Amino acid sequence: MAAITLIEAVNMAIAHEMGVDKEVVVFGEDVGINGGVFRATDGLQEKFGEERVIDTPLAEAMIAGIAIGMAAQGMKPIAEIQFMGFIFPAADHIISHCARMRNRTRGRLTLPMVIRAPFGGGIHAPENHSESTEAIFAHIPGLKVVIPSNPSRAYGLMLAAIRDPDPVIFLEPKRVYRIEKHEIEDNGEDYPLGMCFVDREGSDITLVSWGAMLHETKQAAEKLAAEGISAEVIDVATVSPLDIDTILESVAKTGRVCIVQEAPKAGALGSEIAAEIAEKQIMSLLAPIGRVSGYDTVIPYYRLEKQFMPKVQHIIDEAKRLVEYR
Amino acid sequence: MTTVARFEIKYLQFMDEKGTFISNDVPPAFARDIDTLKQLYRDMNLIRTLDQKAYALQRTGKMGTYPAATGQEAIGVGFGSAMTEDDVLVPYYRGQASMVQHGVKMEEVLLYWGGYEAGCDYQVAKQDFPIAVPIATQSLHATGVAKAMQMRGEKRCVFTEIGEGGTSQGDFYEALNVAGIWNLGVVFIINNNQWAISVPSKLQTNCETYAQKAIAAGVDCIQVDGNDIVAVKAASETAADKARNGGGPTVIECISLRLCDHTTADDATRYRPEGELDDGWKKEPIIRLQKYLKSKKAWSAEDENQMQKELAAEVQQAVDNYLNTPIDPPEAMFDYLYEELPERTLAQRELAIARGAK
Repeated sequence: MAAITLIEAVNMAIAHEMGVDKEVVVFGEDVGINGGVFRATDGLQEKFGEERVIDTPLAEAMIAGIAIGMAAQGMKPIAEIQFMGFIFPAADHIISHCARMRNRTRGRLTLPMVIRAPFGGGIHAPENHSESTEAIFAHIPGLKVVIPSNPSRAYGLMLAAIRDPDPVIFLEPKRVYRIEKHEIEDNGEDYPLGMCFVDREGSDITLVSWGAMLHETKQAAEKLAAEGISAEVIDVATVSPLDIDTILESVAKTGRVCIVQEAPKAGALGSEIAAEIAEKQIMSLLAPIGRVSGYDTVIPYYRLEKQFMPKVQHIIDEAKRLVEYR
Repeated sequence: MTTVARFEIKYLQFMDEKGTFISNDVPPAFARDIDTLKQLYRDMNLIRTLDQKAYALQRTGKMGTYPAATGQEAIGVGFGSAMTEDDVLVPYYRGQASMVQHGVKMEEVLLYWGGYEAGCDYQVAKQDFPIAVPIATQSLHATGVAKAMQMRGEKRCVFTEIGEGGTSQGDFYEALNVAGIWNLGVVFIINNNQWAISVPSKLQTNCETYAQKAIAAGVDCIQVDGNDIVAVKAASETAADKARNGGGPTVIECISLRLCDHTTADDATRYRPEGELDDGWKKEPIIRLQKYLKSKKAWSAEDENQMQKELAAEVQQAVDNYLNTPIDPPEAMFDYLYEELPERTLAQRELAIARGAK
């Protein structure tokens, strides 16, 4: 058992599944000899050959389009979009075809495919490399959207995504690709999709987050504890379909909730979670629903990027405001 | 300067508008078999009858928007008849001729345009794609299907059709590009009916041909008379044989003319130049094959009468099946969304049932 990073866990899960299921193939830009620009597919071509780890021409619509064709034939493609900022040429295929194929053919053609993309800010990348646009795909019925927050979850959720009979958009928070290591046994055990993880139990407030921002959220919970505030921390993990029940149960217990997201605030996943709480759990609330998020602005170039990103202190401040609310 | 590349585009036509074989090329074997030609004649007539019926249904409020393929029957029937059961069809929206040729039932075509998802649940052509409404996306799905066949070492191929307007889309170029690099067994059929709704060919490309778009992708191509079913079928059979045997992709541009409106929602009199239709009806594919069959004493007025009666009955049966199909219950919206409906959406399913019952 080795201590590995989130990106290494993605790699390990893909390698595991390629080893046991010959229908699993990997393709995208630079995924072959280069092993992906972040090294998510490092060593896979050497191990499984150019036949199954394929460098494609540079065209994102094509990557999604051929994934649909291959999956309709019963293969299990894992397609990489190099950065989520480049996913939009592929969006027509993902939204107009991939998400609808099972429904429109009444189950005759199904698409067991995964589209992976690194996303989110905080690594001083060039323009169009830092957005958090998960809500766009979470809004589309027929898709599943998964965001791992740590190495263990990346391994278990990636295995589940590959094995899932329906298309999964697997968004990897690149800021935390190498921030921590977990001891992970390569045992092929997956985690269920569509389920939140309660990362820390607490009684005063529920902090809901996903992806990279979970790290700030957990640090905030730690510091709040030192000040006598007991925060429960939930990792949403599958942002669609949303496991709202776990969140509602937690809010029923704590009576307060703060949603933490890196994405802009308006029309985002946090909005949906807040609305669900308001609809179904408002009578348990002791304070308004809080949200800590990016601004409703274009994410700035990297000189100003820090100013856009929510920080630990922002979460602490908002949590305290809610706990002290009378 | 030196020339580093040059290209030429071949044009294939066997039978002219008078129904006379004019080509210097040796006609394919099937063209000497009168029964095969009679079958193709019948198949083209079937699609024309279906289109006419669908139009009438739409005009009487029993059908949604429908795109007829009048004047382009030789294209779909021609390449559809070059496909085997094992090949996969990835059609475009005006694809009913090839779809029916490849086993999609006429009632399924009617169900699709009549607003039933069941119209995409093909009972025979199980692996064929449903129509792609977003233009040109089907080209890429076809390459993906062909990639799977190639990886599994299968001797099958994929046919995909697109309008000449659709070739302006990036997806079409991306598909040709990857099909060329990976040597995929795809046959790209361009149905050049000279109109993309109201936009004529001269506003669609500055190329002399649409076929030559393949040249930039290193893909073989040919232009054929799309009103000559012998040329369409011959070129398709050659391309299919090549594709099934590792020879890679081919683009076949079939030149025809849309003799109908774009769809039932269109009025081509707003933009079609005067005289175009008169000229087009002289060149259309069905009458020319009829002329040939008559010249061979293989077709009589009586044969024609009998066939039209049979086709009308066949189409009417499909129409009856379509019209007698019950509307899905409201929960059908949910039941094919995922293999397993998420917990969260179950409540909405119950709500839809409850509302539907009111």
